Amino acid sequence: MLEIKCPHCGSRSQNEFSYGGDSSVKRPELGKEVTDKDWDDFIYFRKNPRGKHSELWHHVAGCRQWFKVLRDTSTHEIFKTAKLTEEL
Amino acid sequence: MQRYSIFSLIKNAFGGHKDWEVAWKDSEPKKEYDVVIIGAGGHGLATAYYLAKEHKITNIAVLEKGWLGGGSVGRNTSILRSNYMFDPNGFFYEHGMKMWENLSQELNYNVMYSPRGIINLAHSDAQLNVFYRRGNSMRLNGIDAVMLGRDELKKMIPFADFSESARFPIFGGLMQPRGGTARHDAVAWGYARQINSMGVDIIQHCEVTGFDVQNGKIQGVQTSKGNIKTKKVGLCVAGNTSLLAEKLNMKLPIESHVLQACVSEPVKPFLDHVVTFGAGHFYCSQSDKGEMVMGGDLDGYNSYAQRGNLPTLQHVLTEGVAMFPNLSRLKMLRTWGGIMDMSMDGSPIIDKTHIDGVYLNCGWCYGGFKATPVSGWTFAHTIAKDEVHELSSKYRLNRFNTGHLIDEKGLGTKTWIG
Repeated sequence: MLEIKCPHCGSRSQNEFSYGGDSSVKRPELGKEVTDKDWDDFIYFRKNPRGKHSELWHHVAGCRQWFKVLRDTSTHEIFKTAKLTEEL
Repeated sequence: MQRYSIFSLIKNAFGGHKDWEVAWKDSEPKKEYDVVIIGAGGHGLATAYYLAKEHKITNIAVLEKGWLGGGSVGRNTSILRSNYMFDPNGFFYEHGMKMWENLSQELNYNVMYSPRGIINLAHSDAQLNVFYRRGNSMRLNGIDAVMLGRDELKKMIPFADFSESARFPIFGGLMQPRGGTARHDAVAWGYARQINSMGVDIIQHCEVTGFDVQNGKIQGVQTSKGNIKTKKVGLCVAGNTSLLAEKLNMKLPIESHVLQACVSEPVKPFLDHVVTFGAGHFYCSQSDKGEMVMGGDLDGYNSYAQRGNLPTLQHVLTEGVAMFPNLSRLKMLRTWGGIMDMSMDGSPIIDKTHIDGVYLNCGWCYGGFKATPVSGWTFAHTIAKDEVHELSSKYRLNRFNTGHLIDEKGLGTKTWIG
């Protein structure tokens, strides 16, 4: 069982959370010229590392806030969590 | 190679079974090969087999960082089916089903192919309509599909919950009678035995650490057992594909996720078919030993751990108990996890790459086992001829740029959302 520290509510079991994927992916800026390749990269292509991975989680059965988690994909160890506006 | 038959069995029985040949030998790497296959799982071994058999290329090394058959080919729930709606999937997997029918004879190795039928249960009228549509698409593509009513299902799977109080009442089901199971380890061992007898080297505990690429052409691979020269490399490493691709400066439309499976203690014959729950993600069958083999959802976050967490297992088995209430009386024997190379449209990738001589076979999500023969067959063609096989021509990597996705279920990597 993962124990995830929501930056707003504190430590809770993984049952309360839902996963949102790689948090380093940036949506191309609105109103600017976007190439097809930029869109494809944003939508489909991922680094998918083994080891430290910065990701988004949603406290869906709690405060319903999205936040960032730095987690190891090979051991599942969680190093740090942060609010969306903060740096990991 | 010593052929397996009733006569060799009788002969060896008299000798106390002491004179059997080793099925396949472990090799040390030579300096150079015509083709290097990375990954001695089902797909890698099958690829080497069809390269040797169909294309007469036998100077091949199959490299494996762990042990033969220790990855996903030994961790799946061994289900075979081709019950797809989309043409590219239907044609591809149906070709695979036809290969399964003769695989034991082809390999002279009993893969315990068991076409016991796979039943997808429907729990609403709407779901039944969707199943009719998929069943009709299958039949148009020459794949067997039968719609089953509640009364027929009562006779076929009497232990399912047909009571009035069922939370998800069974309305009917879609069955592919030729679907079924096979012994997954035997598939790996059978292919390994054949390729070894044809001169292919199987090298275990040999991890690929880098690639030697010059002027856009592959020259060799660097491994934990030294450098190996080659002009062609095939990647068959399932969940680890992104890690090797990174060494080739490629980013792939893949996320690696852990999927758990489990077996119960063995019981008397209880379930004759493979059955899937339609109101969630749960499937089960009964092994020849009597264990209930069960699986369902991904854990739901990127993982290379090959082990999962209990909440997901609990969730999956709750669905199982909703479908077969008496499963709740069984004790669990083993649980384990495997790493799925979840592609962004849920379909595989079999293709050449931007590097001459590097070929890609990945993105099998959690459906790789049933594709083992046909994946190896088409991938061997791609490697030998340096061209994509017609059957896998829709599984190219550039579909993520052109938009020709094969999104059979429209779920992508986040299957738990659907």
